[in-house]
Amino acid sequence: MDAPAIAATGLTMRFNGFTAVDGVDLEIERGELFGLLGPNGAGKSTIIKMLTTMLRPSAGSAKVWGYDIKRERDAVRSSIGVVFQDPSVDSQLSGRENLDFHGRMYGMDRKTRSDRIAEVLELVDLTEKADVLMEDYSGGMQRRLEIARGLMHHPNLLFLDEPTLGLDAQTRRYIWRYIRRMNEDEGVTVVLTTHYMEEADHLCERVAIIDRGRIVALDSPERLKDLIGADIVTLEVDDSVTDDQVRAISDVDGVEAVDRAGSTLTLSVDRSEARIPEIVLSASRAGLLIRSVTMHEPTLEDVFLKFTGKKIREAESAGAGRMAAVQSRMRTRRH
Amino acid sequence: MISINYYAIYSLWLREMIRFFRLKSRVFGSLAPPFFFLAFLGFGFGSAVMPAIPEEVGYVSFLAPGIIGMTLLFSSTFGGLSMLWDREFGFLREIMVAPVSRLSIVIGRTAGGVTTAVMQGLIILVPGVAMGLQIPGLPGFLLSLVFMLLIATTFNSLGLAFASRMKDMSGFSLIMNFMVFPLFLLSGALFPISNFPGWLQTLSLFNPLTYGVDGLRGSLIGISAFPLALDLLILAFCSVAALSLGAYLFEKSDVE
Repeated sequence: MDAPAIAATGLTMRFNGFTAVDGVDLEIERGELFGLLGPNGAGKSTIIKMLTTMLRPSAGSAKVWGYDIKRERDAVRSSIGVVFQDPSVDSQLSGRENLDFHGRMYGMDRKTRSDRIAEVLELVDLTEKADVLMEDYSGGMQRRLEIARGLMHHPNLLFLDEPTLGLDAQTRRYIWRYIRRMNEDEGVTVVLTTHYMEEADHLCERVAIIDRGRIVALDSPERLKDLIGADIVTLEVDDSVTDDQVRAISDVDGVEAVDRAGSTLTLSVDRSEARIPEIVLSASRAGLLIRSVTMHEPTLEDVFLKFTGKKIREAESAGAGRMAAVQSRMRTRRH
Repeated sequence: MISINYYAIYSLWLREMIRFFRLKSRVFGSLAPPFFFLAFLGFGFGSAVMPAIPEEVGYVSFLAPGIIGMTLLFSSTFGGLSMLWDREFGFLREIMVAPVSRLSIVIGRTAGGVTTAVMQGLIILVPGVAMGLQIPGLPGFLLSLVFMLLIATTFNSLGLAFASRMKDMSGFSLIMNFMVFPLFLLSGALFPISNFPGWLQTLSLFNPLTYGVDGLRGSLIGISAFPLALDLLILAFCSVAALSLGAYLFEKSDVE
């Protein structure tokens, strides 16, 4: 039995007393397409930085492709490819030159390099742009080249940190296609981070939901959504809605739970399309005016809400605050 | 055990070469100040008799090796500091995540920075010769090349050492204006250090470039303030010390 692609136990990162990653246990099998989903500042990138040997963990340990991230750093580095969150190309070099540089850094000889460059450029549809300087690439093209570069040296495991951050919807779909293609065609294990729900849902076989440096849920997107079970019905009502009126709605058959936030009621409803007429009727009998009704099947957003008690965007603004705090602490540390 | 990755060293060196030949305007820009120094000081003081410069040598021949030293000082320090750009634009991460020893990275970067600096020094030799500098022959020229290599290694490594300790670009102009410029003026590149008052002469003895400029003069025009062997010895020591310091601080620095 081969070692798992990643096995982490109690992985922890503290910056001057602030805990960015808090005792993460994680096991990812070879060949998986795995996602770390969470708001900005949840600790996803820090996990990736530790697993790629760019940061030394404060506590805990991890093995990547069977190699210890603290003691066998070069072996880890040889096994992985990394696409960083921020651009990391030399803009004065062409796409081909960037790939060539990369291949040499990984000890590939000339013939191997030129064959592989042709392959990976083909994979991300950049063959025609190979000799254009990176500074003349668009953001999406640059991202694709970075993905190609991450694959250049035949890594067993590819890390992608927010691969579609800031890209338009069409480019994002292209990138999803490349990621899936390389997972299937090249058999590369893929670990990506994202704060886009639909990206994790669409792309990943298994998803770990991260909040405040911890994994709060981990399973396939389908099974995570099954945890919610029923559909989500959102009612916009009057501000003056009373507890009695809320109770009238929760008494309707098939309504499993009602959450109230101001004038918004969020209902979990089994077979919602059949229940909505009855819900509207009971509401009006109780004297409650409904302004709008929306319904949708459970998404990972709902899963996130269930496990963290907040929406990912709310967590995001809190997370951004946490990030700013970390950064200012790190800055203080430097001086 | 420390491993040396020759492919990686070559890759880092080649990158500097590609950038050097691609960014011609930047190279011309960085060559402009030494060229103007050489041209204007050379024409301006060319016929003046300066104390401590033998009359038969002439100021231009005295100045040209100094300006080559200046070129090497500025371009190699800049080359060492260019790690700051790589950090700023993220390319440093691409280098650091590769399965390559940190020592190989330092060697590769230094080799690239030193090569580009020496090429610039050689370019400045051309107007020097055009203005009347007479190269004494192949041995002298080859010896001057050794001095160029040592000067460039010393200051490239110092640049790398500084860049490893700095987290952003804000210290860059500070180093250029308050370290590099005084080192240049204090090296005797423009006039003999024997013209300095005593305390300033003493200070200049602690400047590696003093021995570099003196060695260039000794090998290119045959006059030097110190014995050439001494220049060579001190400068070799400085370059090894600086390289070790740069490698040590780079090893210790964080990518993030």
